[in-house]
Amino acid sequence: MDETVAEFIKRTILKIPMNELITILKAWDFLSENQLQTINFRQRKESLVQHLVRLCEEKHASLNDAALLDIIYTQFHQHQKIWDVFQMSKGPVTVSFRETEENAVWIRIAWGTQYTKPNQYKPTYVVYYSQTPYAFTSSSRLRRNAPLLGQALTVASKHHQIVKMDLRSRYLDSLKAIVFKQYNQIFETHNSTTPLQERNLGLDINMDSRIIHENIAEKERVQQITQETFGDYPQPRLEFAQYKLETKFKSDLNGSILAEREEPLRCLIKFSSPHLLEALKSLAPAGIADAPLSPLLTCIPNKRMNYFKIRDK
Amino acid sequence: MSVLRPLDKLPSLNTATILLVGTEDALLQQLVDSMLKEDCTSELKVHLAKSLPLPSSVNPPRIDLIVFVVNLHSKYSLQNTEESLHHVDASFFLGKVCFLATGAGRESHCSIHQHTVVKLVHTYQSPLLYCDLEVEGFQATMAQRLVRMLQMCDGHVPGVSALNLLSLLRSSEGPSLEDM
Repeated sequence: MDETVAEFIKRTILKIPMNELITILKAWDFLSENQLQTINFRQRKESLVQHLVRLCEEKHASLNDAALLDIIYTQFHQHQKIWDVFQMSKGPVTVSFRETEENAVWIRIAWGTQYTKPNQYKPTYVVYYSQTPYAFTSSSRLRRNAPLLGQALTVASKHHQIVKMDLRSRYLDSLKAIVFKQYNQIFETHNSTTPLQERNLGLDINMDSRIIHENIAEKERVQQITQETFGDYPQPRLEFAQYKLETKFKSDLNGSILAEREEPLRCLIKFSSPHLLEALKSLAPAGIADAPLSPLLTCIPNKRMNYFKIRDK
Repeated sequence: MSVLRPLDKLPSLNTATILLVGTEDALLQQLVDSMLKEDCTSELKVHLAKSLPLPSSVNPPRIDLIVFVVNLHSKYSLQNTEESLHHVDASFFLGKVCFLATGAGRESHCSIHQHTVVKLVHTYQSPLLYCDLEVEGFQATMAQRLVRMLQMCDGHVPGVSALNLLSLLRSSEGPSLEDM
């Protein structure tokens, strides 16, 4: 018998008052009549408990048996716990499925309550990739169903836990590319018709001999850094990046009003663009920002997030 | 500290050289293309630089006119201009420097107050031109204007010198004393 199980049984039995011991042991029905008859119930409790534990060992008590003993003890001492009341109800739900070629299952769920029929005009969509632990859901206005949906997905896919990633976009293809780390391959987007030359970071160097580009070395450096950071491939499409900052003001001066503030300072910065990553990629070549860009911006596809919370360490 | 000086080099025969300094590469390129299409009695040469000092400052070229292009949408652009100005010799500011501010048309995108630029320009006693380089029509007109200015600075227009031009272009109203 495991040491932990022995310890558990010992502590459980110690809790049982002497006058209930026989009743509970009989209810447990684990030790045989013969074994019970060998016990001297008039001895001191510690030696009695040790004897009982030895008897359990002889019978190879398992964790389940020990747990059963605990249940019986609790049944006899129900008042030692505080009990809450839950009421369950069956809400009607319309669920439909459609499979697509790339191992993706599209699930449509219309939600109803105990009192109403499912609302077909506000369904939630889930796209689940069966060979992976990832599911993409459309944001539902009926937010109270989210935990239930999460549970259902977890159970149905035989997982234990579900966590919402800090990644959100209109473009399912791009989210897929980021999540499955496939964005560094050329992938088809519905609106990429720009020829390769134009996509070359907007750097059209006019080779007219009357023009002298003084900073050509710098331009090449920027080009190179941009290419190292973003690669040659088209970027996955996101519309936002949001940064929430929470920090306390620090000051060397004594008695600075802001440094004495209890509440941390909060600020939110949101970048939006029809195609955020391509826009970031073109910042340095266009001369709007220095290269290299802040890693907070360039880590987005790699970290698979576009919603960040930054706090003091 | 390397500094551009206007009279370091002898003028080359029949050549007018302009230096455009600004961070907005794409806009400058387009402006330069328009300028090169203009009729010019002398041969036009354009130097495009993001900032000063020039990398080729070991052997700096002869420059007849410097145009600092400031994008009102970008604080970075203004900062870059301010830092570059330190590398220009004071004698350049006798009519061979002008400032070009772009982006005033889209006021909601402006992160630099026009007043800031006006003050800067006033400090350097040089003319300030406004032009939305993104608009093709305005850009073409500005290209023409810059070429004409360049010809005067270059001495190719008889009877007019850079200094003459400066006194004509300079606004007599600087920022008022209370604003300074």
